[in-house]
Amino acid sequence: MYRYDEFDARFVAERVAQFRGQVARRLSGELNEDQFKPLRLMNGLYLQLHAYMLRVAVPYGTLSSKQLRMQAHIARKYDKGYGHFTTRQNIQFNWPKLVDLPDILADLATVEMHAIQTSGNCIRNVTADHFAGAAADEIEDPRPIAEIIRQWSSLHPEFSFLPRKFKIAVGGSPRDRAALKFHDLAIEIVRNDAGETGYKVLVGGGMGRTPYIGYVVGEFVAKPDILAFLEAVMRVYNEQGRRDNIYKARIKILANALGAEEMRRQTLAEFEEIRKAGTLRVPQEELDRIDSYFKPPAFENLTDEMPKGDADFANWLKSNVSTHRMPGYAIATISLKPIGGVPGDATAEQMDALADLMDQHGIAEIRVSHEQNLVLPHVRKKDLPVIHARLKELGLATPNAGLITDIIACPGLDYCDLANARSIPIAQKISERFADLDRQHHIGELKIKISGCINACGHHHAGHIGILGVDKKGVEYYQLQLGGSGAEDASIGEILGPGFGKDEIADAVERVIGAYLDLRNDGERFLDTYRRVGIVPFKNVAYQDQLHAAY
Amino acid sequence: MPLIKGGVFVEDPFFFVPDGKAYPDEKGVIVTLARFQGERDTLFAHRNLVGVRLASNENPAVLKADLHRLAVVVLEFPKFRDGRAFSWARMLRTRFDYKGEIRATGDFLLDQLAFMARTGIDAFEVRQDVTLEQFHHAMTEISHPYQPAADGKKTIRALRAR
Repeated sequence: MYRYDEFDARFVAERVAQFRGQVARRLSGELNEDQFKPLRLMNGLYLQLHAYMLRVAVPYGTLSSKQLRMQAHIARKYDKGYGHFTTRQNIQFNWPKLVDLPDILADLATVEMHAIQTSGNCIRNVTADHFAGAAADEIEDPRPIAEIIRQWSSLHPEFSFLPRKFKIAVGGSPRDRAALKFHDLAIEIVRNDAGETGYKVLVGGGMGRTPYIGYVVGEFVAKPDILAFLEAVMRVYNEQGRRDNIYKARIKILANALGAEEMRRQTLAEFEEIRKAGTLRVPQEELDRIDSYFKPPAFENLTDEMPKGDADFANWLKSNVSTHRMPGYAIATISLKPIGGVPGDATAEQMDALADLMDQHGIAEIRVSHEQNLVLPHVRKKDLPVIHARLKELGLATPNAGLITDIIACPGLDYCDLANARSIPIAQKISERFADLDRQHHIGELKIKISGCINACGHHHAGHIGILGVDKKGVEYYQLQLGGSGAEDASIGEILGPGFGKDEIADAVERVIGAYLDLRNDGERFLDTYRRVGIVPFKNVAYQDQLHAAY
Repeated sequence: MPLIKGGVFVEDPFFFVPDGKAYPDEKGVIVTLARFQGERDTLFAHRNLVGVRLASNENPAVLKADLHRLAVVVLEFPKFRDGRAFSWARMLRTRFDYKGEIRATGDFLLDQLAFMARTGIDAFEVRQDVTLEQFHHAMTEISHPYQPAADGKKTIRALRAR
């Protein structure tokens, strides 16, 4: 993985010192909250319902065991003993004190981590496919370009006060595991007819109150030109993105207003000018230098045999273990979705124990997935039984990756200042309702995603079943959306109709599932059946005798 | 407003003349884009020092043909959150090769000064209470940038290559 050199280390240390000064100015009253806000946001610090919340950047979702241990340390020393992994592959701490913040950041800096640009109207921490470097279907590891973008975007003088936040994701496989089409900007590594690899660039995707699927602005951008291309997109956005209305300020609104053709024309015109100047060209030596940090581990020559185990192990293999590109290796997903638990939470003890497990089995890195799970990318198949046994002891072996209880949920009204409704209790209720594993397998792949407000941090638009919490005169209601997908077949879910009460939503989900099981053809996922039959059959059963509960 | 240029407080050689107001006898003048476009020829005929003040939604590309005759371009920050002027400054310096003064005015934070300097702004109309010490501190908090901009500062990549 990437290692800081003296320049990176100095940059982060200076940024910590700078933030220490900003905190001191806030504490002394020199800065008021309005002035402090954009400064703290650029360092990942939110003011939530009950306390400050710190969002720590996990660049492209990759952590070493040492870095994971540091998260445990921070959870224990400065917080309430746990951390929360997010849909942007970051980790959040919900209870830090403002006065401790500079020390937390200094601790993070000792393991080459920070909270730079995890919030604010700037280019956010870049996310990547969590199977990067391990997936069997990968063209190229997307993390080197993510690292190049991290460096270029860090304290970018021109693009740190954008109309609104700007999220970039990168992927290197035809299978999209990074929700590329729902990002402000996405980069997909592709191969052209000549066999060269380059970048397909999409813009204008997004969730929130007006969801859009991104479109292509660059079919094949040559590698040395990628930063010039990105600056072109950013400049078009910075100059023309709306600043009069926060809800219309994301690039998706501009991209939709201009249309694909005009957006491409302006981007390419700007790109040509920037390319002419030449200063943003990424030379081959630099591409090679960054690539070298992401070399795969020295794989052993192993027989490709899957070990046997008990029924629990077999169930875990079935859902949580994926095909690796090397024989004898596997990718293991560690579910942070125990039945009835809080999606994405991990305790300090679990994080420490996972770090030990990594060290014991020579696993250099762990990944955070946008589905709020953790991933061990390079595991010897023969080690799987002992790893599984240990995960089981830690409460981390829930065999539900990709199943109905593998629910994404935002923090919701339990924590978040913006939320209209709670998300976590709904996730817990649905998880308990479908706890039976045979039933989960019978239902098959199903992605439920829950957001506690229209901002859609829980990705409800992209859920096979999406749930949106709304507030109606002080009462929480939940709207169902069906047919969304955050994968390569991206689609935006369709709203079923009026919302359900908090005690009815799990019933409604169950009836929708019932309808799917009745309607499905052999081998069809929920999403496939939905796409074949449309929303009506589901609508007919979802409300049943509960129309009185709807508003 | 106190003016910082070249790292020190300087006397402002310009006078901003709002639309509809008469020109002063002396000093250089700064006018709005609308007024400049209406009175360009008279202005250049009678004044040595002419500047234009751009609102944050005014793209300096419209000044392209006159830039070589302008002594200053003033960029307004109506709110510190409005970052358009960072692009305007950079375009002026790197695309249009503008050599005159680029001045920031309006609502901005100390914490934005270094970004401004990097995009090519070289004069700053600051609040009364800003000290030179604060100014220099803000300018030097981060030693080396990752990305090229308009200030010619060596990037971390260039430093690594040495």
